[in-house]
Amino acid sequence: MGGVTRTPTNLTQGSATKGGIGESTLRPDGTLKVTGEFAYSSDMWHEDMLWGYTLRSPHAHAEIRSIDTSAALAQAGVHAVLTYDDLPTEVKNYGLEIQDTPVLAHGRVRHHGEPVAIVAADHPETARRAAEKIRVDYAPLPVVHDEATATAEDAPLLHPGRDDHHAGHVPHPNVVHRQPIVRGDVEAARARADVIVSGEYEVGMQDQAFLGPESGLAVPAEDGGVDLYVATQWLHSDLRQIAPVLGLPEEKVRMTLSGVGGAFGGREDLSMQIHGCLLALRTGKPVKIVYNRFESFFGHVHRHPAKLWYEHGATRDGRITHMKCRIVLDGGAYASASPAVVGNASSLSVGPYVIDDVEIEAVALYTNNPPCGAMRGFGAVQACFAYESQMDKLAAELGMDAVELRRLNAMSQGTIMPTGQEVDSPAPVAELLRRVKALPLPPEKQWESGDTAGTSVDVRALPGGLSNTTHGEGVVRGVGYAVGIKNVGFSEGFDDYSTARVRLSVVGGEPVAMVHTAMAEVGQGGVTVHAQIARTELGVTHVTIHPADTRVGSAGSTSASRQTYVTGGAVKHTCEAVREKVLELGRAKLGTYHPAWATAELLLEGGKVVTDGGEVLAGIADVLEDEVVDIELEWRHRPTEAFDLRTGQGQGHVQYSFAAHRAVVEVDTELGLVKVIELACAQDVGKALNPQSVVGQIQGGTTQGLGLAVMEEIVVDTDGKVRNPSFTDYLIPTILDTPTIPVDVLELADPNAPYGLRGMGEAPTLSSTPAVVSAIRAATGLALRRVPVRPEHLTGT
Amino acid sequence: MDFLRPAGWEEALAAKAEHPTAVPIAGGTDVMVELNFDHRRPEYLLDLNRVTELHEWEVGEENVRLGASVPYSRIIDHLRTELPGLALAGHTVGSPQIRNRGSVGGNLGAASPAGDSHPALLSAGTEVEVESVRGTRFIPVEEFFTGVKRNALAADELIKTVHIKKATGPQQFSKVGTRNAMVIAVCAFGIALHPETRTVRTGIGSAAPTPLRATAAEEFLSAALTDGGFWESGKTITPSIARQFAELASGACNPIDDVRGSARYRRHAVGIMARRTLGWTWDAYRTGGLGTRTTEGGAPCA
Repeated sequence: MGGVTRTPTNLTQGSATKGGIGESTLRPDGTLKVTGEFAYSSDMWHEDMLWGYTLRSPHAHAEIRSIDTSAALAQAGVHAVLTYDDLPTEVKNYGLEIQDTPVLAHGRVRHHGEPVAIVAADHPETARRAAEKIRVDYAPLPVVHDEATATAEDAPLLHPGRDDHHAGHVPHPNVVHRQPIVRGDVEAARARADVIVSGEYEVGMQDQAFLGPESGLAVPAEDGGVDLYVATQWLHSDLRQIAPVLGLPEEKVRMTLSGVGGAFGGREDLSMQIHGCLLALRTGKPVKIVYNRFESFFGHVHRHPAKLWYEHGATRDGRITHMKCRIVLDGGAYASASPAVVGNASSLSVGPYVIDDVEIEAVALYTNNPPCGAMRGFGAVQACFAYESQMDKLAAELGMDAVELRRLNAMSQGTIMPTGQEVDSPAPVAELLRRVKALPLPPEKQWESGDTAGTSVDVRALPGGLSNTTHGEGVVRGVGYAVGIKNVGFSEGFDDYSTARVRLSVVGGEPVAMVHTAMAEVGQGGVTVHAQIARTELGVTHVTIHPADTRVGSAGSTSASRQTYVTGGAVKHTCEAVREKVLELGRAKLGTYHPAWATAELLLEGGKVVTDGGEVLAGIADVLEDEVVDIELEWRHRPTEAFDLRTGQGQGHVQYSFAAHRAVVEVDTELGLVKVIELACAQDVGKALNPQSVVGQIQGGTTQGLGLAVMEEIVVDTDGKVRNPSFTDYLIPTILDTPTIPVDVLELADPNAPYGLRGMGEAPTLSSTPAVVSAIRAATGLALRRVPVRPEHLTGT
Repeated sequence: MDFLRPAGWEEALAAKAEHPTAVPIAGGTDVMVELNFDHRRPEYLLDLNRVTELHEWEVGEENVRLGASVPYSRIIDHLRTELPGLALAGHTVGSPQIRNRGSVGGNLGAASPAGDSHPALLSAGTEVEVESVRGTRFIPVEEFFTGVKRNALAADELIKTVHIKKATGPQQFSKVGTRNAMVIAVCAFGIALHPETRTVRTGIGSAAPTPLRATAAEEFLSAALTDGGFWESGKTITPSIARQFAELASGACNPIDDVRGSARYRRHAVGIMARRTLGWTWDAYRTGGLGTRTTEGGAPCA
């Protein structure tokens, strides 16, 4: 395997192959999804299968005094009813980082919707009715619902006797993790400030609102193991958590990815996986579990709601002197990804700005609210809303243009982050702002038709839309800007590798590559990109993508904007090894026929081995003949390190990603309704491997950010109960709420990344929200410290 | 759960008499949601889709006789001249798919305070024809709503036809929701000018336990317009009249705080919608030639 790790010296490999990187090749799943033929995990069927159902807690916090399953078990058609007492091993908890989440509640429920018992029956309705017959005797306990109730002296402890690795450094046992970052001398810098602005900001609980609910099918196997087909974000992380609870070695839990209908972080934690396997192993029958929409709102973690306090100072000429902030994230009942969200929120709290003197603190709480964890933007979203709100406030205080203030303080390549880490690849923050600002503004009053009588309006172009609330009355336009910074990949010393297996063989006289990874295709287009990489690196036309499963090594999570970078990097790396092997075979078999085999730089192009001068030496098929090259390799990005627990210093992040937005909104100032007219985005992606997918990601992220700005929130009462677990009352943007989204893609290569690419799926979700709110502020003159902005906030009602 | 499928109206009435707990279902846009949410578990579903006359309508001299199952998309396409307020309200119902299935009969059967058609029915003037094996009743729509999701139907009765007065003047409908389409009303307001009787009628949705008319606002406005000779002169309505009308409409509300909106906001928004829709209808009335049959209130159906 000589030469496997070398950096390719020629940069022309693949440039002559159609369907390689840089082209907008079509998604293999695209047409199927549009025509409704794509098989999602909820569509799976197995002869003789049972249906699982989960009984969930109606209380946010209660002692479980007893559970009586006899009436449920007695119901015809019921095959199993399992509670905590039925768990087969000593491992009864799971968790991404901290194993604090019970598979089934034991003695206590800590949040509304926590799983208490599971049922398998021959019909989903039978399972549901049987679950209703399970009698659980609950004794409600006082509810911890915010920082004050969580850290009070006599606060009930969510997890008494914690022994996780954050337990030792947190100020209170109901604090999951605390990360301070201090750099420079804030007091001295503060003394230099001509103006100081501070503000308290709040971000509501957003949901991923993926359209395909949690679902999977567990099939018991003859060897005592189980085959699990499931929609998830990271097969191997699931496997690591599932197998110990089942008491099975990992090789006996064989997982295959089934059709995933969106994820956005919400599938990083387990949902039905262990429950389905437990029921399948208990009954000896295949068990399918599909959450309905109501249950789905309880079946996955949400975005951390946050309270953020910020102070910025600046000199009269607009140079930011210092920043202080405190970020409190509500992690809910279980840790999930809270520690990593704290790491992101703190280390990115300064935004894409040069500020040398900072005092930062971020904490995540344990409360009896719904558990919160990964969601697109992951801690950076909350911080971005606050620091960008502060930028507008600071600009107003200075009497400066808000974009000019941002550009004046924008970071660039070489900037040192508050963590002490240098930004060592392009950071075109000022340029992104310049680009969105330079765009022409959309025309005014687009609702007016050509009709000069002025009586005819197109209400679809107005706030309220078809609800016909205004024909222009009370409508004021506003324009706002924002820019954000997101890290790419898993940070803080995590061994964030991916594995790819690539097989090259001759089928029907043609060389065909097969790419096999465990990457979860959740809609991001990874399978498209893998085929493009294989074409580019191997010079073949035909690439097949093997289903993602655990028969190959881990691909890491489809999150943190990392898959194209890391699993894409692994595919590239493995293809390079396959290419070397092909050339090695060629030299051995055919080297004597042409001196160039030994002397020239060789490429694989158009199914052939060619010299860098373009001379064809042989067909790949002729080199391979009956041989199959089949290589599986791991690939790692450069390592990171943990942040110091006291100072926050450390080379914590892999790469940064930047996007800027300009929002143009029209607000019905009397009714408090908002229509976003245009939401322009400029983003640097390093290299667009599939330009159409890149634009799609930017538009999707932008729209998700718009949702947080004006409508998306899970409303939780102070008693910890979720009030709107449905798409009737948890509103996500419709096409009439989605504005025109002009996208400007920059490609400034990161020399550290494969093809120079920059992970790009999350950045557009950050700045979208504060840009929209900034525009609403411009239209209304209101301070607006909380998202989502509600009509009540805009009308003072 | 048993699924009853009567082949015709008489059979449907007989089935309902035999099984008074049976829940009628036509488009299913409300009933299926209730079932999916486990809010109800009826013993019987009574499928009315084979009762063809429920899908028909007839435009009479004074009224439109609207079969209970006529979907909103038909109303929007075919009855916007006769029933402009209801057509505008129909536009705000769910998505195109829902508008193809949902019907006024279903809205009345559910009797939700947030039902989109109710303010339009109240402001136009409507009687609900209900029938059982015992006979037929005509219930004024004002008396049809008896509480949150409760109506005046007896256990054996079914809604057959909705008799809605044809518009003789401009009508409008406005609804506040927190997104620009596919949204349940936070609150809604309907208004209809009736120049032939020199009256104005209104309907308020989702701002009280039942849909209701803003009676004091109607009486004030009708009197002010008549006393001031506005109907004849076609003068612009003075701001003080519009303001008082809006305040009275707002005062007619008896809303609650819930996850969709605060009571204060609902009162406020109903006032704004009352003032605006009055402006639109009155402008249409005076610019359309006084007393002529201008029924469009200035908002095209997109």
